[in-house]
Amino acid sequence: MSALLSLEDVWVEYGEKVVLERVNLEIAQGEYVSVVGPSGAGKSTFLRLILGQEGPSRGRLLLDGTPLTPECSPDRGVVFQRYSVFPHLTALGNVLFGLECAAAPLTAKLLGSARKAAREEAVAMLEAVGLGHNLDVYPAQMSGGMQQRLALAQALVKHPRVLLLDEPFGALDPGIRLDMHELVGGLWQEHGLTIVMVTHDINEAFKLGTRVLAFDKRRHDPHAPNRYGATAVYDVKLDRKTREAGPPAEWAGQPGAGNM
Amino acid sequence: MRLVNIKPASGPRILIGAVPIIIALVAYAVLSAARAEANPNDKVLPTFLAMARAALRLFTETDPRTGQVTAMADTAASLWRLGVGIGIATLSTLVIGIALGVVPLVRAALGPIITVIAVIPPIAVLPILFIALGLGEASKIALIAVGIAPYMIRDLASHVAGLPAEQFIKAQTLGASTWQLTLRVALPQALPRLIESLRLSMGPAWVFLISAEAIASDVGLGYRIFLVRRYLSMDIILPYVAWISLLAILTDWALLTISRKAFPWAHGGGH
Repeated sequence: MSALLSLEDVWVEYGEKVVLERVNLEIAQGEYVSVVGPSGAGKSTFLRLILGQEGPSRGRLLLDGTPLTPECSPDRGVVFQRYSVFPHLTALGNVLFGLECAAAPLTAKLLGSARKAAREEAVAMLEAVGLGHNLDVYPAQMSGGMQQRLALAQALVKHPRVLLLDEPFGALDPGIRLDMHELVGGLWQEHGLTIVMVTHDINEAFKLGTRVLAFDKRRHDPHAPNRYGATAVYDVKLDRKTREAGPPAEWAGQPGAGNM
Repeated sequence: MRLVNIKPASGPRILIGAVPIIIALVAYAVLSAARAEANPNDKVLPTFLAMARAALRLFTETDPRTGQVTAMADTAASLWRLGVGIGIATLSTLVIGIALGVVPLVRAALGPIITVIAVIPPIAVLPILFIALGLGEASKIALIAVGIAPYMIRDLASHVAGLPAEQFIKAQTLGASTWQLTLRVALPQALPRLIESLRLSMGPAWVFLISAEAIASDVGLGYRIFLVRRYLSMDIILPYVAWISLLAILTDWALLTISRKAFPWAHGGGH
């Protein structure tokens, strides 16, 4: 199976400061990649690269063999630790937003039967994340866990090729975090998602991921701490788990499975 | 118990708040009565009765010279100027403020000139407005708009630019174009802030209105106050000031109500 997402000799430099160096990676369809590493090791930069929030200084990123431009687009969904949902829209409005943007370029609002169809799709997505009874609730009235569920529904309704999670459970209570693990694991299986998740929690990384990437600096110059950048120093594939809990076999070789 | 921990209940709080107002009113009544006793024609501290009589005359009787009820004509003229002035300011704030906040290119292009305009005292450009636009309505409206718009634009631009970057990124990952992002993410979140900054700008707007009317006008609340000042007619000035204050309070209340009803999410309320 060819790689869904590949990074070819990617460097990120801010002036003198090298953040990432020589990152060569291939991520396949259906993988759940956890990214761990100490603070400042470029985990978030790595995620922003894939997201398109910034571009590499050198090298290139390919999605389905096509080079990525440094701009966000609907083929890569994201859930941040915070501020992922729009406070001025209800839960339903938040999920509808992505559908409305695609269907109504000028007004970004749907009316009549088009709205009804989009609404049904959005409601189904909200039910899938367990927010079926909270359609008309504003984010300010939701708990942190509910907001993250909403952010997931909002991203998934666009059927992104890759879902990026930036410490999505970092701000949640331990109990809620376990519920969210179950939810995300389930959604990953059901929808055949490809996920890249940055986390501080090693247990979480191994529990959820089919592959764990550890970012750190290979070399360190004590006199010039910014001289060398980080890269994926460990790349652990949890194969046993992929077979046991990974997506069913029928999804293999269906690149469009997550893009219905 | 420490003083900082004594919190009045809602009933007594209204009572406590009313006490200073009642004291002020009673003190004025006593002082004006004392002066009226010494000199029945005293103009400096008119009694409440004298003010009520003057107000009744201005608010109900038709002025034979103009054929209009004086206070009503003044109010209509002033509110029209104020309304058009703040309308222009609000609309231009909405367009420029959001463009500045959302589009870095616009911020780079227009940010500096708006900062420069904002530091110019508006009253100092009033002569320019009179020369350029004449002494009619246009210059008064322009003074209000020029006076409050720069502050409102800067306030709105910084508010929009300060919205979490995650929201703009998220919107783009959901397929939003620059226009859709502006329309559906920036604009709705800018509106409650716009109303908030308009509420704060109403004070200066009244100042600019009354200044412009005081200098060159033939009708208006500010014109009337400055006209009757020549005759020391405190019995007209004070009811007019009270009337202006009442209008200001009503405007503020209306703006707050609109904001609460239209943007419940911005006031921490339900739907």
